[in-house]
Amino acid sequence: MQRIGVFVCWCGTNIAGTVDIDQVKQAAEKIPGVVNVQDYQYMCSEVGQNLIKNAIKEQKLDRVVIASCSPRMHEATFRKAAKSAGLNPYLVEIANIREQCSWVHKNKEEATEKAIALVRAAVAKATLNTELVPGEIGVEPRALEIGGGIAGIQTALDIAEAGYKVDIIEKTPSIGGKMAQIDKTFPTLDCSACILTPKMVDASTHPNINLYTYSEVEAVQGYVGNFEVTIRQKARSVNADKCTGCGICTDKCPSKKAESEFDEGLRKRGAIYIPFPQAVPNVPVIDREECLKFKTGKCGLCERVCPSGAIEFNQEDTLVTQKYGAIVVATGYDLINLDKFGEYPYTEHPDVITSLEFERLTSAAGPTAGKFLRPSNGNKPKKVVFVQCVGSRDKSSRGKTYCSKICCMYTAKHAMLIKEKYPEIEVYVFYIDVRTPGKNFDEFQRRAVEEYGVNYIKGMVGKVFPEGDKLQVHGVDALSSETLIIDADMVVLAAATKAKDDAQELGRKLSISTDANNFFTEAHPKLRPVETHSAGIYLAGACQGPKDIPETVAQSSAAAAKAIGLLNKGKLVNNPCVSQVDEQICSGCLACTKMCPYEAISSQVIEVKEQGKIVKKTVAHVNEALCQGCGGCTVTCRAGALDLKGFMNRQILAEVDAICL
Amino acid sequence: MKFSYYPGCTLKTKAQELEKFALNSAAALGVELEEQKEWQCCGAVYPLAEDEIGTKLSSVRALAEAAQKNEKLITLCAACHHVIKRVNEDMKTKDDVKNKVNNYLQLAQDYQGEAEVIHYLEMLRDEIGFDKLAEKVTNPLTNRKIGAYYGCLLLRPAETMNFDDPENPSIIEEFIKALGATPVKYPYRTECCGGYLSLDNKELAQEMTDNIMKSALKNEVEELVTACPLCKYNLENKNGKIAISYFTELLAEALGVKE
Repeated sequence: MQRIGVFVCWCGTNIAGTVDIDQVKQAAEKIPGVVNVQDYQYMCSEVGQNLIKNAIKEQKLDRVVIASCSPRMHEATFRKAAKSAGLNPYLVEIANIREQCSWVHKNKEEATEKAIALVRAAVAKATLNTELVPGEIGVEPRALEIGGGIAGIQTALDIAEAGYKVDIIEKTPSIGGKMAQIDKTFPTLDCSACILTPKMVDASTHPNINLYTYSEVEAVQGYVGNFEVTIRQKARSVNADKCTGCGICTDKCPSKKAESEFDEGLRKRGAIYIPFPQAVPNVPVIDREECLKFKTGKCGLCERVCPSGAIEFNQEDTLVTQKYGAIVVATGYDLINLDKFGEYPYTEHPDVITSLEFERLTSAAGPTAGKFLRPSNGNKPKKVVFVQCVGSRDKSSRGKTYCSKICCMYTAKHAMLIKEKYPEIEVYVFYIDVRTPGKNFDEFQRRAVEEYGVNYIKGMVGKVFPEGDKLQVHGVDALSSETLIIDADMVVLAAATKAKDDAQELGRKLSISTDANNFFTEAHPKLRPVETHSAGIYLAGACQGPKDIPETVAQSSAAAAKAIGLLNKGKLVNNPCVSQVDEQICSGCLACTKMCPYEAISSQVIEVKEQGKIVKKTVAHVNEALCQGCGGCTVTCRAGALDLKGFMNRQILAEVDAICL
Repeated sequence: MKFSYYPGCTLKTKAQELEKFALNSAAALGVELEEQKEWQCCGAVYPLAEDEIGTKLSSVRALAEAAQKNEKLITLCAACHHVIKRVNEDMKTKDDVKNKVNNYLQLAQDYQGEAEVIHYLEMLRDEIGFDKLAEKVTNPLTNRKIGAYYGCLLLRPAETMNFDDPENPSIIEEFIKALGATPVKYPYRTECCGGYLSLDNKELAQEMTDNIMKSALKNEVEELVTACPLCKYNLENKNGKIAISYFTELLAEALGVKE
């Protein structure tokens, strides 16, 4: 008979408030095999863990059942405690009486009854637990960074500095991301390009960093420490090794109809183009949708003028497969589409712009060389109205329920940038609330009001009417309940931020989850903010939720630290709860090999004695390093030859029997 | 093409033209509109009170009759369409309203929002198609600059009415275009006409319609069309410099059936 110890945790009032601990203890004592039952307020604390360790030693326990929170929370904690007391950690069993019991029930009597049933089931399983010994797997000392904005650049630089190789995959032709488009940064108003471009150069010249620009993740296989990623390098139509970046091709290109993505459509670009002068790499790309050579077969001017013969019209996409130990996702954000916000005639009137377009209009490298002019007629505006929360904190189907977080600060920045250059322009800001927590943030916004005389109006804009060459803004001042009509020259909309449209698709490839708004979900909102639920995959920047630059950079370094920690281990402990084959029963049908999502099962030929003769037989073989313990094969096997260690069929059935008693 | 047709009280009194031209045009287009027998008041104003069911009953009767005949229900008056469409949505989504209404009406078969109610304009757009309509025009309204006045009842609440973009609609402009005329978009085409304020705050209502007229004039609109009897009443009762007519009158003219 086993000697089983049962430890019941109160979790403060989390469990004890709904479950009668004494009754659970009394019931546990009566279960055959249970020799020691104890309770404590916080079993996960040092005192609680010592209680378990001492009991294991003094009572000579050979099985331990902890009735507490979910195993996701503290199974590792308790296994470690058992191990230090000399007990194989896989002889520890958790009865989840918090998430699956006390938290979801109100009636104490019923909750207690359920807690007792869960303890009974855990004891039944523990009785059949066996000692398991984990194996070891290697870790590929190389990281992958998906996304080459400031988050990706920062993470890559940190990992590279720690001595590990990093590859950056960037979808667009250049790294830099949204930050490269921004004119100045809050709260210090330093030039965005001046602090970003050196980092872009650092990333491209670092011996440990390799860039895959104009590339996307095609497929991801493998697991922590041993991911295998296929990268699609889209055809650039320019040979990056030959190209010198002289720019003759982009100057001569006769097709200048495409809208520059970098300048938010405020400027045209050629079919062969470099997104912006400081692009890294400084290698042009041909937009095949726009290129006359691809559309009509004629032209080819760029090929003729290129002094180094770098133009390659017949280039094709190439696929590269590479192994990585860790992956950091830093794919960033976008602004929502404003088509459905008809009250602001954004789609119809050139003087109604988004905040990102504003950045390009004030940037010295932008389409107006930094002069703030109306896109409609090139004149200087006299009155500018900013509208905040366009689609943010909006419960209707066209908007986003969350606060986009960055708009209050950048709107204050925009207002000050106008006032700094042209003090005579009247500036109005419509807001619901001003939200400026952060170091030196509130002081920054107050400066806009107090020193620069920006008119902040608490209220929303109902509608903007184009009237002649003006934009008549109808709004309400909620503090005085007055309706206001402002004859503005320009209206700037703080459009809500949103997750990338392909976030879900990428999430599926990586087996990481997205939330209701398609932002990637962190493993724990407070304590594991840069990890995902998939081991070895980390998050950085606005792909996890709206973030400003300081916060993004902080999170990026945090993600880098986690990735470095993983790569530095060199070896990882394997989960011993893997599938095993009973070769005597296995008929060699190999249905399991087709089902296994990790390609962990192969076939092998063994020699067995049958009626005195030695015969050859084909059976399934599990590669324990690849098996993730999902259990899919065990239910596929018609003969029942496969079983999952730690979750054997008879263990599960014992649990069911114990609950149904 | 055959539909159940719900006229409503205004069409038999103040807005007889709206109906007359609609029926003539439907006949010319080969659409059969069968007026429901014993139709009752739609309720006139959609009852905002969650527990008010008395004023929803007659809308449900109209809907249930159409459902029983397995026909779509066509409306013409913007106010009736608004009320019936919203009541139908309640019958689909609010169990409490559905149960109470059915308990009260004791119909042969419980009504659960099976019928589809569409406005005459939606019928032209979605059932016939504006391109097909354009082919049937015998008397194109060439060179006429016509502005659409939408009002609120057909457009809002947008999720329920599902009629067009509430801030930037285009259905009436497309309709005008199909008739061969030139639609003119002006900024105030979806602004409030004042609604029932014209009864108890004439000055304010006047100011609101003045703004709409000014905006239309400024954008060189020569004539206005609407689908709503109340909007028309408000807009033509004031210092209107621009004539306003029902969209059905234009339709009948273009189809050559305006008598």
